[in-house]
Amino acid sequence: MSALTYTLTDWSTMLRRQMRHMIRYPSLTVMLVGMPVVFLLLFVYVFGGTLGAGLGGVAGGRSAYLEYVVPGILLMTIAGGAQGTAISVAMDMTEGIIARFRTMAISRASVLVGHVVGSLIQTMISMVVVLGVALLIGFRPSAGPPGWIAAIGLLVLTTFAVTWLSVAFGMVSKSVETASNIPMFLMLLPFLGSGFVPTDSMPAGIRWFAEYQPFTPIMETLRGLLMGTPIGNSGILAVAWCMAITLFGFVWSVRLYGRNPLR
Amino acid sequence: MTATRLQPVISATGLRKSYGDHVVLDGIDLNVPSGTVFSMLGPNGAGKTTTVQILSTLIRSDGGEVRVAGHDLAREPEAVRAAIGVTGQFSAVDNKLTGEENLILMADLRRLGKREGRRRAAQLLERLDLVDAARKIAFTYSGGMRRRLDLAMTLVGDPRIIFLDEPTTGLDPRSRRTMWQIVRNLVAGGVTIFLTTQQLEEADQLADRIAVLDHGKIVAEGTPTELKRLVPGGHIRLEFAETTALEKAARAFGDAAPLDAEALTLQVPSDGGVASLRALLDRLDRESIDVAELSVHTPDLDDVFLALTGRQDGEMEVVA
Repeated sequence: MSALTYTLTDWSTMLRRQMRHMIRYPSLTVMLVGMPVVFLLLFVYVFGGTLGAGLGGVAGGRSAYLEYVVPGILLMTIAGGAQGTAISVAMDMTEGIIARFRTMAISRASVLVGHVVGSLIQTMISMVVVLGVALLIGFRPSAGPPGWIAAIGLLVLTTFAVTWLSVAFGMVSKSVETASNIPMFLMLLPFLGSGFVPTDSMPAGIRWFAEYQPFTPIMETLRGLLMGTPIGNSGILAVAWCMAITLFGFVWSVRLYGRNPLR
Repeated sequence: MTATRLQPVISATGLRKSYGDHVVLDGIDLNVPSGTVFSMLGPNGAGKTTTVQILSTLIRSDGGEVRVAGHDLAREPEAVRAAIGVTGQFSAVDNKLTGEENLILMADLRRLGKREGRRRAAQLLERLDLVDAARKIAFTYSGGMRRRLDLAMTLVGDPRIIFLDEPTTGLDPRSRRTMWQIVRNLVAGGVTIFLTTQQLEEADQLADRIAVLDHGKIVAEGTPTELKRLVPGGHIRLEFAETTALEKAARAFGDAAPLDAEALTLQVPSDGGVASLRALLDRLDRESIDVAELSVHTPDLDDVFLALTGRQDGEMEVVA
């Protein structure tokens, strides 16, 4: 076997380990799926009527708000997944098994790759459930297959970026509590952007932040791809942000893993 | 055969490591011949675990030359990793997986293939008496079981050099003896063992050579017997059937030999060597003293540590 085959074998071994953990301890996954579903129902059925009336569209109302809010809820799902990743990485790093892995002739990155791909799958599962519930309660995107494929592609890209970042959060944290707190700000980003209300309804300072933070172009692009609203330069910005965050998260994670064997 | 056995598989010169101002290893030299048990003995904080962490590629040293299994540690860590197995002080098992899954995980990382991996896992579960617990989550294991699983995971790759960092700390006496037997079996199979311990008895039981580590320095090195010879305190204990013989002997050996009138015994200072024993017997013969029982007492490693460091075993954990 070549070095590349070895590396890929190690990655898939570590992914299997991660999947086994998830299946054996499903409570984290259940929480990660449940939370965005609850927010979706809350925002549509409790706030939806009023917020929908304020959107200023032709139709307005609750069903218009459902169509508006789905991208925001999807990003919230990703942010929730990030929290799960940071927690499981932080917990894993306290285990003696990680020290064992470091003394074995295996791909150095395999532990991290296992976490990233495992979390990616976990978040994708949550996302499917959230979209399923949205469709069930009347979400009717106008997108055709190309629009869906592009939207799914962007969701995967965003999850990948945020997951690498949260792996670093998990490693930089001294405790599991810290690891669960650091990614909290990601949960706020859909609110401080165009996730729940259009940014032009916000006061100047918050509006400025909302328009320039990474989640807004991602949500605008998703909205455009699924609902046919104008995308403008959001698409390019969204992809650029994802790539930048991925690179940052990856480099940071690898440095932390390489530098800090004993915690 | 003898020549290859004496080939060092672990050698270090001038090994140093500090954390900030705190010097953990202050230039230690090591030489471990193939197929032997080398024990590093010392109290908590002496630098034993740090040594294992460096030798097993977990952390980098600040200085010194190290070769493990014929490879330079700094230049070829991957080659070193392929030759070694490590069982640390804190269990390195995946607590969320079963014992069997842990072993198969190791087999997969050693790329043994599915069938061979399962065969090896089953064999090790049998060998380390974990068959009944194979399907149980490692989290539920007792300390002794966890340690055995830990060692089984190390053995999956069939390493020729095994680092055991305090393998029996915290185990009950029975689990400890089981672990010792496993170590002896490994050595019989030609494996080289680098063992750290703070239990004097353990080093005495298992090691071919012992290095006594104190404050990051090796203060003595040798076979268990050699180390014991370094210190005075050995004696020959003579027990008598009646008081007259005891008094006669006491006159013959003088004040240097403490006398216990109750137990009818006399302790004659001796290095435990054959020559001094012969001299003693000749003397008893000459004086026609009848001795009921005779026993030779060499100093134990407690005495060694005290003599070498000038400290009572304050930090030492002596397990009876």
